[in-house]
Amino acid sequence: MTEEIIIAGFGGQGVLSMGKILAYSGMMKNMEVSWMPSYGPEMRGGTANVTVIVSEERINSPVLKMYDTAIILNQQSMDKFEKSVKPGGVLIYDNNGITHPPTRKDITIYLIEANKVAIKMSNTKVFNMVVLGAFLQVKPIVNIEDVDKGLKKSLPERHHHLIALNEEAIRNGMAAVQLVQEAA
Amino acid sequence: MGELRLMKGNEAIAEAAIRCGCDAYFGYPITPQSEILEYLTLQNPEKTTGMVVLQAESEIAAINMVYGAAACGKKALTSSSSPGISLKQEGISYIAGAELPAVIVNVVRGGPGLGTIQPSQSDYFQSVKGGGHGDYKLIVLAPNSVQEQYDFVKLGFDLAFKYRNPVLILSDGAIGQMMEKVQISDFTPRWTEEEIVQMTGSWATHGKPETRKHNIVTSLNLQPEPQEEHNHHLQRKYKEIEDNELRYEKFFCEDAEYVFVAYGTSSRLCQKAIQLGREKGLKLGLLRPITLFPFPKKQIKMATKKAKAFLAVEMSAGQMVEDVQLAVKGKRPVKHFGRYGGMIPMPDEILEAMEELIAKVEKKEAKKAQKKAKKKAEKEAKKQKN
Repeated sequence: MTEEIIIAGFGGQGVLSMGKILAYSGMMKNMEVSWMPSYGPEMRGGTANVTVIVSEERINSPVLKMYDTAIILNQQSMDKFEKSVKPGGVLIYDNNGITHPPTRKDITIYLIEANKVAIKMSNTKVFNMVVLGAFLQVKPIVNIEDVDKGLKKSLPERHHHLIALNEEAIRNGMAAVQLVQEAA
Repeated sequence: MGELRLMKGNEAIAEAAIRCGCDAYFGYPITPQSEILEYLTLQNPEKTTGMVVLQAESEIAAINMVYGAAACGKKALTSSSSPGISLKQEGISYIAGAELPAVIVNVVRGGPGLGTIQPSQSDYFQSVKGGGHGDYKLIVLAPNSVQEQYDFVKLGFDLAFKYRNPVLILSDGAIGQMMEKVQISDFTPRWTEEEIVQMTGSWATHGKPETRKHNIVTSLNLQPEPQEEHNHHLQRKYKEIEDNELRYEKFFCEDAEYVFVAYGTSSRLCQKAIQLGREKGLKLGLLRPITLFPFPKKQIKMATKKAKAFLAVEMSAGQMVEDVQLAVKGKRPVKHFGRYGGMIPMPDEILEAMEELIAKVEKKEAKKAQKKAKKKAEKEAKKQKN
């Protein structure tokens, strides 16, 4: 099993840390992982993306042109990465701020209104965990226990009291994800 | 054995330095390697192992601090990215001339000039062909994973002290910034002054007992005759390094008809290109130099027995390709493929470049075979006439 993922959105949405938690979770399951961030001017200009690969085999290239899954959280990223989903692959997006929804017919598309869910939880900081929940519902490559372990490992102890909140956000994300279209 | 961690390549270098008994780090921030200094500052190893971490006032100050620490027999580390490494060249030449051990990390970014902050491999010439002035060589290690970033710090110090020669870890922005799993090693205590003498002999300037003469550390010699002798000595040392310290790796070379030569990040990209190519039935392989000096000349030459052509893949306009050409000695076509200025080539682009090369070679082969067949037919026709 190899899952090649791009997560793309605005800086501050927690794109990089969501990727990190996913990578940690994969590591907890004894899988090979790689996490390759954008660190260039796009980071300084407001958008951020990260390529995460989780695999049972040794990972060769940490950068890719086509992905199994694209998680897209703003319009710029939609413009850039919709075409980078492998035919038959998955695109998950939050429609908040999206003016041009995806149009491809050969990919499976899911919608996660993560912003809405996070507002309902009265904590917009859990936005990225809601998105992670949506992803894990669609592609259960790691289970929630692995994520818990990953969070424990990646967060400093003073933040461990937030793990329960994060778990709740993930579960809400899992429940809220909607299928928009099956790949033709 | 220590634990398994998820780390950035830059953090791995910093953690490895603390754990392998490094005495001092001197650096100056520059993207994409600033995490090395940041991580060390945050860890504050002065409190645990006693390792000194200092942000110098410039790259030049940092390399000269390394010179000073190394002259006292200490394990000193500095790191920077391309423009900063250019600034350090004078100091590196002095360290090589004075035969001091040191580890220098270059997390390469796109150039020339201030260039970009994205990954590149355009400092190959600077790393293996001098960089600074004078006839000197660095031992150059080129990691292609975060684990190797970690492992090569200890290896670097081992080699630096074995040969009393500066070692350069030639990384790039991609490996520096990416996170992968790293197997952490246990702490090795820093050497005491007695241990330095015990392990490496008495050469450092850490106080003269009455029982021996002064140890002098210098790269200056006003007389040409002893300076030539010193150069002879250095050349012998470089030959010894070439004989003993070559490191390389082969992927799918057993049956490969077409061989990539690539180091660092590019070697990872080529592995993916090989995977894609092999799915199409192309017999592709990779020869990956791990040390760039020494360079696996013989291994590349040996590969010409089976390989029909070579493609050097670098994130540069073509630097290492010259060394591949020198190794192949015109026996097989050697081409270069690269993206540069901070662009990372995608594995399918690399495969396309290889397919182009294959098509060219096959066309040439077909033409040759046609000519041969034509000649043969003409000969036979002549025979029949007679």
